[in-house]
Amino acid sequence: MALLEIRDVVKTFGDFTAVNHVSLSVEAGEFFTLLGPSGCGKTTLLRMLAGFEQPNAGQILLDGKDMSQVPPEKRPVHTVFQSYALFPHMTVAQNIAFPLQMAGVAKADIPARVDEVLEDVRLQQFAKRLPHELSGGQRQRVAIARALVNRPRLLLLDEPLSALDAKLREEMQLELINLQKEVGITFVYVTHDQGEALALSHRIAVMNKGEVAQLDAPETIYSYPKNRFVADFIGQCNLLDAKVAEVGGSRMKLEIPGVGLCEALPVEGAQVGQSGTLTLRPEKIRLAAAVTHDADEVHFKGKVHDCLYLGDVTIYIVELENGTLVETMLPNSAPGRARFFDDNDAVELAWRFDAGHFLLG
Amino acid sequence: MRNLSSRLSRWLISGPPLLYLLIFFAAPTLIMVFAAFRIPGDYGGLLPLLQTDDAGKTEVLINAGNWHDFITFENFGRFFEDSIYAELFLKSFWYAGITTLICIVLAYPLAWLIARSNKKTRDLLVLLVILPFWSNFLIRVYAWMIILGPQSYFSVALNHLLALVGIEPVSLLFSQFAVIIGLVYVHLPFMVLPLYANLEKHDMALLDAAQDLGANAWQRFWRITWPLSLPGVWAGTALVFIPALGMFAIPDLLGGTNSIMIGNLIKQQFLDSRDWPFGSVLSIMLTLSVLLMAAIAGWAGRSKKERA
Ligand SMILES: Nc1ncnc2c1ncn2[C@@H]1O[C@H](COP(=O)(O)OP(=O)(O)OP(=O)(O)O)[C@@H](O)[C@H]1O
Ligand SMILES: [Mg+2]
Repeated sequence: MALLEIRDVVKTFGDFTAVNHVSLSVEAGEFFTLLGPSGCGKTTLLRMLAGFEQPNAGQILLDGKDMSQVPPEKRPVHTVFQSYALFPHMTVAQNIAFPLQMAGVAKADIPARVDEVLEDVRLQQFAKRLPHELSGGQRQRVAIARALVNRPRLLLLDEPLSALDAKLREEMQLELINLQKEVGITFVYVTHDQGEALALSHRIAVMNKGEVAQLDAPETIYSYPKNRFVADFIGQCNLLDAKVAEVGGSRMKLEIPGVGLCEALPVEGAQVGQSGTLTLRPEKIRLAAAVTHDADEVHFKGKVHDCLYLGDVTIYIVELENGTLVETMLPNSAPGRARFFDDNDAVELAWRFDAGHFLLG
Repeated sequence: MRNLSSRLSRWLISGPPLLYLLIFFAAPTLIMVFAAFRIPGDYGGLLPLLQTDDAGKTEVLINAGNWHDFITFENFGRFFEDSIYAELFLKSFWYAGITTLICIVLAYPLAWLIARSNKKTRDLLVLLVILPFWSNFLIRVYAWMIILGPQSYFSVALNHLLALVGIEPVSLLFSQFAVIIGLVYVHLPFMVLPLYANLEKHDMALLDAAQDLGANAWQRFWRITWPLSLPGVWAGTALVFIPALGMFAIPDLLGGTNSIMIGNLIKQQFLDSRDWPFGSVLSIMLTLSVLLMAAIAGWAGRSKKERA
């Protein structure tokens, strides 16, 4: 039985539907992420899990128990709020002791429990400080420690890293992964940062306009987006308009109008003549003045339209013969070389037939 | 250059209010302190230290030999000799204290309600709280004399009710009860406003967090809202307790003979007995006792923080 089960949950505000028939389940010990653009209903879903909002329809089950009649303070679920919501008049230690006191833990046992979790988040020497005497990253860790200290069944995190700068965020991501492994508590994590979601999660539910657009492991979401929204939202992705030219067998043929035919993995239910989109990650495309390619690779000509030097890699935007722009990248691993091509250079592209993913419609 | 001009502008800005305080607060306080050590004049006021004769020549009456006739510690002695003054102080503290307490209890839910309502209702409610200031203080107190008077509907209805349960009719006016009602009524807005200003700034996410971490409604109030509102409570307490302590008009109008406060006594000394030195002593003792209380409260607050 899954630890958390969300069954066909709907939440409306007035005539606006914030969460629309969402069903998903989260296993115990999982790092589960809700990913989606601003306003897609992530926080609303999280607040329903915490008990601050009631679904208009559907059910939320925790350990198989219906939560609809359980108020937030009675749920074995704790939240790390985006603003941290640390109690400003309490020291770090007092903040962390708070949930233990509320749970009626014996007074004598509290200091040891607080110390233990402070050690987990490496804040032992800050126990006596007030929240405003801490840095953003330290506050973040206090908020996590406070939510973890009495070991909830489920920890909800609402964009916990969004207030931190890029460097610190990366550090905290690593810490979160380790912490989750260590404590073994199930995390439901909300973010609109796809990089963060890919880096942290066991599974990701990509949300769009209150619905789950795709629910899969990070690699699957990244490599095989199920629809245009996910392809576009996660990472850089080339979206090439194409038509089904031939089906049957272990490969199908697509026609990219004005460019030519190419092979791709077959798609269930595809029929000749149907149009759709070929999704292709930039790093899966090889680029050279003249590419040698084998039978498994698709091969096209084009010319460099734009270059973007990023340090570790250079992005080349290549114009295909039909005018479509395709993003590719080359690592700058060779010493001294940072630019292999200039604008308007003639180049050749190649990718393995299974590198792309064809979406019907 | 920059430094000089910034210093100059700082003085220009803070100068006028500083001067004002110096002339109208510090100087009178000092005069009062000196007055406390002097002797009442024959017809009130203070026994003069200088004398101007008809020709306009001024003569200094006090000198090294006779200063005992002009300067005395007796006024303070008188204060400590008779326990009646200390008792009156205690009683006044009690009145002011109970007034403050009632104001906190009444103002807190009201301030909370105002702080939590939407912008439009909030403005309206704040307006209603300060509305009484638009009419004269004495008129409002007189209104209470009528409300509490024996012929008022309120008194009549109350005594009817009491009669039903077999209790003797009561007279509300000219009693401790009336004084406290008056004090609470007059000072309530001064508690509501600072409390509202404080509660309005509270971050609602903290209450969500507390609830999420297992706190029920009472625990959320007692562990989060109340401690965070203490600055507002202290501000309101200062604004209610101190003026209430020195109040004389309300005990004069609503109180009976046994419900006078220290303010009445001070007023008596200056206006009726025309004993300025002793009036000054009483005023100084009042100021000192307030300062002492503030010091104790500050010290208690600090040591509590250190213990935490
Ligand atoms: N209490 C409310 N009343 C009315 N509308 C609401 C309420 N709470 C949320 N909404 C609406 O529901 C939609 C989803 O909101 P939600 O806060 O869940 O978005 P989100 O995915 O968390 O976005 P973000 O990444 O910006 O935090 C938004 O359009 C929002 O305006
Ligand atoms: Mg949100």
